[in-house]
Amino acid sequence: MLRPLRSLMRHPWTLGVAGIALVFGLWALLAGLQLVDKLFLPTPAAVLAAGQESAANGELWSDITASLLRVLAGFGLSALVALPLGIAMGANASFCRLLEPLLALLRYMPAPAFIPLLIIYFGLGELPKVLLIFIGTLFFNTLMIMDAVKFVPRELLETALTLGGKKRDLLLRVIAPFIAPQVLDAFRINMAAAWNLVIVAELVAADSGLGKRITLAQRFLRTDQIFLGLIVIGLIGLVIDLSFRLLMRRACSWAN
Amino acid sequence: MNLVLDAVCKRFGDGKQAQLVLDRISLAMHTGQFLALLGSSGSGKSTLMRLVAGLEQPSSGSISLDGQPVRGPGSDRGMVFQKYSLYPWLTAAQNVAFGMELQGLERAEIRERTGFYLEVVGLAESARRLPRELSGGMQQRVAIARALAANPRVLLLDEPFGALDLQIRESMQEFLYGLWRRTGLSVLLITHDIDEALLLAQQVHILAPRPGRIVESLTVELNKDNLQDLRLSPAFQSLRHRVADTLRRLDGDLA
Repeated sequence: MLRPLRSLMRHPWTLGVAGIALVFGLWALLAGLQLVDKLFLPTPAAVLAAGQESAANGELWSDITASLLRVLAGFGLSALVALPLGIAMGANASFCRLLEPLLALLRYMPAPAFIPLLIIYFGLGELPKVLLIFIGTLFFNTLMIMDAVKFVPRELLETALTLGGKKRDLLLRVIAPFIAPQVLDAFRINMAAAWNLVIVAELVAADSGLGKRITLAQRFLRTDQIFLGLIVIGLIGLVIDLSFRLLMRRACSWAN
Repeated sequence: MNLVLDAVCKRFGDGKQAQLVLDRISLAMHTGQFLALLGSSGSGKSTLMRLVAGLEQPSSGSISLDGQPVRGPGSDRGMVFQKYSLYPWLTAAQNVAFGMELQGLERAEIRERTGFYLEVVGLAESARRLPRELSGGMQQRVAIARALAANPRVLLLDEPFGALDLQIRESMQEFLYGLWRRTGLSVLLITHDIDEALLLAQQVHILAPRPGRIVESLTVELNKDNLQDLRLSPAFQSLRHRVADTLRRLDGDLA
């Protein structure tokens, strides 16, 4: 009886799940005892009901799809530009000296501060939202990839050359496999920023998406829907994070 | 194989800050020779190795292999570094195959030669293991197998056992010596370990530091049938003392 319990306690997830359960328990307790006005703190049951309603009428799925597509487009674009740029900066000292100060400056400009400009330039459609995510993640992605390339041990590059490799072999045969785990990790970390930014963009101006749903709910004092939106946003973020970790474990098992 | 260095100098930096690291190094080695460059830190021995490998260019003087001037790195000079010697994402066998793949050899030939060279270094059993699953000594043996599989004319070893524990280092020295005897390789070894140089090499060039220059060249004439016995023999010990004195004096000049 004790032994399975003890091995359960040692499982790496046990404490993490317990931490989440504790907060949900406190919430249920506070809401159940009606210590707080339920207008401000809906019960878990009410939030679940809001979720069922939203899933039944299809709003939940269309909101999730809209937000996810924006993140995929913006982040995909950012990754596509950051990869060659970061590798070039990491491999070429002059190129790095040219661009690093610029990127360091741009990195400290909060991406949401670009929203007014993006709206003036591109209106209220999809493009400004995608570009916001692009701007908000490009510099971090680039600098982190650059760092990964800089830390490729010189010996690994030179060994390839003394084995008959040419300079053009280095990128695909040495640099790319060596930085792959760090690139995936950089993407995982910066994906969180992308997921934040899409919600910000939708809070400001949108006709669909999880952020939009939350602003609408605020207008009608539907705190149950706000809670639902927050939980769904968190859960999707968690799934994305775990997917990246899984991908890393599968594709770069040597680095674990 | 004829490797010739003629009055090779290397400076780092420009103008007044220029620092002479290697001063008129001349030496020659031929097929099947085992040659060691022995020096303490600051003797520029690693720089010298990088020049021979073609990873850097001499400031003056010339390096040639079989009459052809060395202009850049190439598979005719295989190199083994002290650390980061293996690609961590490739298995032992894939590491050995790496050079042959870069050279565009046939798949069947790569497989055959990979098996052969893993066998040569005694690691056929570990073919599928990743570097992190191998001990430090095993990793260096894979690195040597990989260098050999690329079919170099001369093997350049830059303190290949410097990061290993003493006991493993001694068994690796015996392994390398046996390998050289069996295969008739040409080996240029760089080391700061007096025992290693005297035990393994036929000829030892002693480098003085700042700037690196050859101050003494000696031919080792000892019976090397049993290295373990040799380490303890009086003849070896007295030679060892003499070389240690020389090195100490060279470092003492600085103080």
